[in-house]
Amino acid sequence: MALERIPADIRATGGVARMSDPLLIKEIQNTVSIPVMAKCRIGHFAEAQILESLKVDFIDESEVLTPADEEFHIDKWPFKAPFVCGCRNLGEALRRIAEGAAMLRTKGEAGTGNVIEAVRHMRQINKEIRQATQMGNEELVGFAKNIGAPVELVRYVKENGKLPVPNFAAGGIATPADASLMMQLGAESVFVGSGIYKSQDPPARAKAIVQATTHYNDPDIVARASEGLKEAMKGMEISEIPEDQLLQKRGW
Amino acid sequence: MKTVGVLALQGDFYLHARRLEEIGVRAPLVKKPEALFQCDALVMPGGESTTLVKLMRNIGLYEAIPEFAREKPVFGTCAGAILLSKGVRNHPVAALGLIDIDIERNAYGTQIDSFTDDIDLALPDFPEAQQVRGVFIRAPRIVRVGEAVRKVGFHRGEVVMVQSGNILAATFHPEVAETRLIHRYFVEKMVPAPLA
Repeated sequence: MALERIPADIRATGGVARMSDPLLIKEIQNTVSIPVMAKCRIGHFAEAQILESLKVDFIDESEVLTPADEEFHIDKWPFKAPFVCGCRNLGEALRRIAEGAAMLRTKGEAGTGNVIEAVRHMRQINKEIRQATQMGNEELVGFAKNIGAPVELVRYVKENGKLPVPNFAAGGIATPADASLMMQLGAESVFVGSGIYKSQDPPARAKAIVQATTHYNDPDIVARASEGLKEAMKGMEISEIPEDQLLQKRGW
Repeated sequence: MKTVGVLALQGDFYLHARRLEEIGVRAPLVKKPEALFQCDALVMPGGESTTLVKLMRNIGLYEAIPEFAREKPVFGTCAGAILLSKGVRNHPVAALGLIDIDIERNAYGTQIDSFTDDIDLALPDFPEAQQVRGVFIRAPRIVRVGEAVRKVGFHRGEVVMVQSGNILAATFHPEVAETRLIHRYFVEKMVPAPLA
């Protein structure tokens, strides 16, 4: 993921957070063989066009950056680059899919090192998916109206018991155990930024979190991966963050 | 019933397992060497080859898979094909060298250069499969084919699938398209029935 500052630093320093310098993104692309993702602001389709012209592999329309549009997210259908977007519940997930998102992630609360919000969002989505699968056809339109989602996507969820795109966990993951937790709650993979870079030994922690994500359902391996990692990111209690500084409230 | 394990460290393992189950094969997910040696064959799915090598090394599969492949069939797709190859021309990765081909990684470009197209097949003793749809995602290209290696799949005349003995490698994703023909070829023609 290419972004100008990690979420914990964006949170601490304030100001407007924007798409990264294209030169930085190119340097990253030239250095690594793995896919490169980059963030653009919510609604900032011109930033997304730039990222696509740089041939990044994925675009994250992210609430971590300062939103450019309070009313609209990007219409993602005209883009060839796949988008990932954040969500807190089924309605938000399906709205982003309706706009053309190819992948989703929990919003969580980025830059806090506190996994509670990612857990809340993942559990909420799982709960609403289960509800949809139990519904009669006559209930679907009302349910779609209540959660603000297109009824055809709600019907897909009812019939398949899952979202039509992959869902990842993001926002506050800081330990191998956090990664295992989110995977066991149904995430297809995890995004970790601040949780690695704000820890005492980032390379060791990054490796350990990768191990724990692959072997999430094998506690012996997650235990070994968790050993001797030095200090984790200090982290923040969510209730101590002023309401208007919560990143997850950006976008709808 | 044949048991074809699917390497499940990273990448597109669920769809491979589903395609295998659809053709009546047991398809356990393989994350450790112990699980590997319970299988009659192995599928190595697409994913990201640098990452896969690290994950294989961490758990002992990097050593276990070549040992397994001495007797048992292995089918690698996309990143799986990179891992089976002998040499990787760009972005070097410590491939296993189980089939005598050289590979160029991400040869068609980045994610947005991904595409779907027809693959012409020349699979031995498998006339029912003439053409399938192949999905190329950040796909590698086969840039050298050893003399003992049979070319069994082509995209616009360019070789994209090869077989040598018990090793099969394809640069595309057969599991993403709805076809099961290539999985059937691997299971029916390359995987011997287990001893009762």
